[in-house]
Amino acid sequence: MLGGCDAVVLNPAGDVAVQQRDLVLIATALMLLIIIPVMALTVLFAWRYRKSNTEAEYDPEFDHSTMLELVIWSAPLLIIICLGAVTWTSTHLLDPYRPIERTAPGQPVAAGVKPLEVQVVALDWKWLFIYPEQGIATVNELALPVDRPVEFRLTGTSVMNAFYVPAMAGMIYTMPGMETKLHAVMNREGTFKGLSSHYSGAGFSGMNFPVFALQSSGFDQWVEKVRTSQAGQGKGQGQLTRAAFLTVEKPSEYVPAMYYSGVQGGLFDRVVNRCVADNTPCMSDVMMHDRMTGGGDPHKMNVGEGNPPVNNTGPMHGERTKGALEKSPEEIQTSPHQSKEPLPSNGVQQPGDMKNRRMSFLSIPQTPGPQTFGHAGAGRG
Amino acid sequence: MEHIIKTIFGRLSIESLPIHEPIVVGTFLGVAVGGIAVLALITKFKLWGYLWKEWFTTVDHKRIGIMYMILGIVMLLRGFADALMMRGQQAIAFGDNQGFLNSHHYDQVFTAHGVIMIFFVAMPIITGLMNYVVPLQIGARDVSFPYLNNLSFWMTAGGVVLVMASLFIGEFARTGWLAFPPLSELDFSPDVGVDYYIWALQVAGVGTTLSGINLIATIIKMRAPGMTMMKLPVFCWTSLCANVLIVASFPVLTATLVLLSLDRYVGTNFFTNNLGGNPMMYVNLIWIWGHPEVYILILPLFGVFSEVTSTFSGKRLFGYTSMVYATIVITILSYLVWLHHFFTMGSGASVNSFFGITTMVISIPTGAKIFNWLFTMYKGRIRFELPMMWTIAFMLTFSIGGMTGVLLAVPPADFVLHNSLFLIAHFHNVIIGGVLFGAFAAINYWWPKAFGFKLNQFWGKVSFWLWVVGFWVAFTPLYIMGLMGVTRRLHHFEDPSLQIYFIVALLGALMIAGGIGAFLVQIGVSIWKKEELRDVTGDPWDGRTLEWATSSPPPDYNFAFTPVIHELDAWYDMKDKKAEAPVDGYRPIHMPKNTGTGVIIAALSTAAGFGMIWYMWWLAALGLIGVVVVAIWHTFNYDRDYYIPVEEVVATESERRRLLGQGA
Repeated sequence: MLGGCDAVVLNPAGDVAVQQRDLVLIATALMLLIIIPVMALTVLFAWRYRKSNTEAEYDPEFDHSTMLELVIWSAPLLIIICLGAVTWTSTHLLDPYRPIERTAPGQPVAAGVKPLEVQVVALDWKWLFIYPEQGIATVNELALPVDRPVEFRLTGTSVMNAFYVPAMAGMIYTMPGMETKLHAVMNREGTFKGLSSHYSGAGFSGMNFPVFALQSSGFDQWVEKVRTSQAGQGKGQGQLTRAAFLTVEKPSEYVPAMYYSGVQGGLFDRVVNRCVADNTPCMSDVMMHDRMTGGGDPHKMNVGEGNPPVNNTGPMHGERTKGALEKSPEEIQTSPHQSKEPLPSNGVQQPGDMKNRRMSFLSIPQTPGPQTFGHAGAGRG
Repeated sequence: MEHIIKTIFGRLSIESLPIHEPIVVGTFLGVAVGGIAVLALITKFKLWGYLWKEWFTTVDHKRIGIMYMILGIVMLLRGFADALMMRGQQAIAFGDNQGFLNSHHYDQVFTAHGVIMIFFVAMPIITGLMNYVVPLQIGARDVSFPYLNNLSFWMTAGGVVLVMASLFIGEFARTGWLAFPPLSELDFSPDVGVDYYIWALQVAGVGTTLSGINLIATIIKMRAPGMTMMKLPVFCWTSLCANVLIVASFPVLTATLVLLSLDRYVGTNFFTNNLGGNPMMYVNLIWIWGHPEVYILILPLFGVFSEVTSTFSGKRLFGYTSMVYATIVITILSYLVWLHHFFTMGSGASVNSFFGITTMVISIPTGAKIFNWLFTMYKGRIRFELPMMWTIAFMLTFSIGGMTGVLLAVPPADFVLHNSLFLIAHFHNVIIGGVLFGAFAAINYWWPKAFGFKLNQFWGKVSFWLWVVGFWVAFTPLYIMGLMGVTRRLHHFEDPSLQIYFIVALLGALMIAGGIGAFLVQIGVSIWKKEELRDVTGDPWDGRTLEWATSSPPPDYNFAFTPVIHELDAWYDMKDKKAEAPVDGYRPIHMPKNTGTGVIIAALSTAAGFGMIWYMWWLAALGLIGVVVVAIWHTFNYDRDYYIPVEEVVATESERRRLLGQGA
C-alpha cells in the first residue's frame, strides 16, 4: 500500500524530492537496525521472564553490568553518528536555497543554463504565480517545464503559509515582508498537486492548485495561452497591474485558476516590501533611510518617524492598529459568535466577487494587506 | 447610553452567545443539566461544607494531587470530544459534502483540542502524580510550600474555567494551538478567541510555574535523612528534572504571551507584519518553551515506567546511575533543539543541521533508558498486572514514535513530512504512547495507595486493549496519508480516494472512546466492589519505594516517624532486613493548616482574565487589585499551622497495626 502510486512522497516526480525520499528510506533503515532488536527483545524478555515461567533465571540483585551499559550507550551513539553525518551532508546538498546542480542522477546542469524563475505570492486563500521571464502570471495554476531547474522566490501578503508540491520538492514557508527561496526541478510529465501546508485561516482547505509538468514545447504553448488570454474570457483577467493585485489579494476561497497576460514590472519586489498600494513607502526604502539617518528621531514611536519622506510616497510613519486599551468605549466593537453555514459556492474567477467568499463568518473581515500603510485591518475589533 | 453599555460589558453582547449553533447549544444543555444535577446532589447531601473544608481549601499534597488528576481526567473527556469531532468531520467532508462543521467552527475545535490536551489534560495529570507521589517517596509529610500548592491547583483550574467559558460565551481561537502571529494578531483575529487563549494560559501558567518551584524545593530540601541524591527514587529524579524544565521554560511562554498581548492590547508591533514587527521571533520564542514542554510531559512518566518495571519484575532497576544521567542529559539537550519545529522557515543549512543533529542526540539517552527497562526485565519475575501491561505497550509503541521523530529531525526529510499527517501521527505516537500510557500505568499502580483498594482488572484490561489497538488503528492511516502528502488542519478534501483512510482513523478514535469509557467503568466498578479489592497492607504490589511503607490511604501526616534511608530501594531494603516500625515514642506532629486564600486568589485572577478578554476594564482592574490585596492580607494570617495530638497518632497507628495483623 505504501509503495502504491498514491504515496507521492515515496514516489515523487522531481529529483529533489527523489533525494529527499531516499533520505527518508536510508534514515528509517538505519534506525530499524536498533528499533527492531529493541522491540524483539521487549517481547522476548516479557515472555521469557514471565512469572509463571519458573525455569527462567531469576536474579533480583542484577542491576549493573559495565559491558551492557557500554553497549546500550554506544549502539545508539554509533547509529546517530552515521545519521548525523548523513544529515549534515544532505541538509547542505538539499538546502532549498542552493541552486540545482543536477536535473537527475548523472545529469549535471550545464554551465550557463539559467533556471526558470517563478515568483510565488501566498494570498488569502490562493496562490499567485508570476513568471517574470515570460511576463505572465497565474492564480492557482502552476506549469513547469520538465528537466529545467526552477528557482522559486516566495512571499506572502497576510499570514504565514507553506508552499508545497509533494511530487517536486519539500515545502518552504511563505511569509509577509520576507522572501524565501526554493530550487527544484520536475523530471516527469504529468499533473500533480500543490497545496499550502501551513494553516492560514478560514480558507486554508481550499488553497490547492494543480501543477502541470510539461515538455518544453508544451510549456511554451501554455505560456502562449496565458499571454494571449483576454480579460473576461475563460480564465483571462487581463494585465496584473498594481491595482489588479490589490483586488486579487482580497480574501477569497476555492478560487479557480486565473490567467494574467501581463505583469507590471517590479510587482513581486513591491509585495515583499509591502508597498503595492500607492503612497506606501517600501520597507527597503525605510530601512535604507533608517541606516542613512541613524534611525530617525529616537524619541518617536513609529519606524522612520522624523525621516524625510521618500520620493512621493507620503509620510514614513503610518497608521498603527490601535491596541484594545487605546480605544474609547465607543470604538470597541462587540465580538459576536460568528459561525454560519458556508455559501454553496466553489469560487469564481472574478477577483473580489462575493461568490469567492465561502468564509464561514457572519461578517466578512476587511481586506488584510497594504491598502494603506500600516495595518489595513486597522479599526476592526 | 452606548458609552455606558460598552464600558460595562466591553465587547460582550447577546450576539456573543452561540444560540444559533446546534452543537454548542446541545453541549451546553448537557453540561448545564449535568452540572445542575451534581450541584443539587451536593446540596441535598449537604456536602458543601465537607468539600470546602476537606478538599477545596486543603493543603494536603495527597488531596491536591487527587484534585489535579480529576481535573485532568474531566478535561480529557472535553479534549477527546474535540478529537472525535475532528475525526468525524474529516471522515465525511469530501467533495460536495461539507461535513457537519464549517471551517470557522472546525478551526476552533482543533485549536481547543491541542490547547486542552497539552495544558489541561497532560499537565494536570503529571502535576497531580508528582504532587501525590513525590513527598511519599522521599519520606516527607508534605511539600515545601503547602499553601502555594493549593494556589497552584486553583490557578490551573482558573485556566480551565476560562477555556470552558469560551465554549459557551464567545468563541475560542482559530489559530492552531500555538497561536502563531500574524494570524493571532488583532488584524487577523480581532475577536475574543485569541484573548481567551492568552488569558487561560497565563492564569494556568502561574500555577504551573509555582508548582514547579514548590516541587523542586521539596525534592531538594525535604528528603528523609540518609536519602542522598543518588538514593533518590527514579520517579523523583525525573520529576525534579521536569520541574527544573518547568521553572526554566514557563517564564518564556509567559513573556511570549505578554508580548503578543501587548500587540493586541496596547498596539505595539512585536510580531506584526508592518512597522518592524517580526512573526518569526514569536515562532522561535514559543518553541523555546514548547520543546522543553514535551520533555516536561514525558520525563515524569519515564520515572513511572522505571518504578513499574522494577516493581513488577521483582528486581532492582538496571543501570540506576545511567538512568539518572540520561535524564539530566535529556533535560539539558531539550533546550538545544527548538528549531527543529520549523526547519521549513528558511534557516540556512548549517543552522538546520545543527538543530537536526542535537535532536538526534537526544535519542541516545532516551534509547539508553529503553535498554535499561529492557534489562530490568531481564532475569526478572514479571507479573503482568495492569501497570506492567501499559509499560510493555509503551515500550513497543514509543520505540516507533521515537523512530519517526528522529526521521523528522533530518531536515531534508522534514521538508517533505513537516505539517503533514505523518507529523500528527508522530507526536500522538509519543504523547499517547508515552504520556497517556504512562498516566494509565501510574493510575493503576498508585490507585491502591491513594484509596486503599485496587482497580478492577477486567475493565482495566478492556480499557488497555481498546486504547492500544485503537491508537494504532487511528494513527496508522495518518502515517500513511502523511506519505501521500496530506497536510494537517484541513476541514474539507477534494480527493475521494483519501476517505477510506479517514474512516479507518475514525474507527480507531471510536475504539479509543471505548477505552476511555472502559476506564471510567473500571473506576466505577472498583468503587462499587471496593471491599473485594481492599488492600490493608499498604503494599499491594510488593513495592520497593517508601510510599509503600505507610498505610493506604496514608494518614494526613504520611509517616508517624520520619524514615531513615540506607539503600536506594528504601522500602525493599527495610523489608529485606525485616526492619520493624517502632510501636511507641510518638510525638505530636506539626502540620500546615487549610486556607481558602488559594481559591479566592484564583477566582479573582480568573475574573481579571475574563475582564481582559471582553474588554471590561473595570472587572480586570478590580480582579487584579483584589489579587494583590488578598495576597497581602494573607501574609498577616499567622494562624497557619497546628499539631496533630499524640493520642490521634497513636490511635491511627495502632489501627493500622491491627489491620496488618488481620491481614497476616
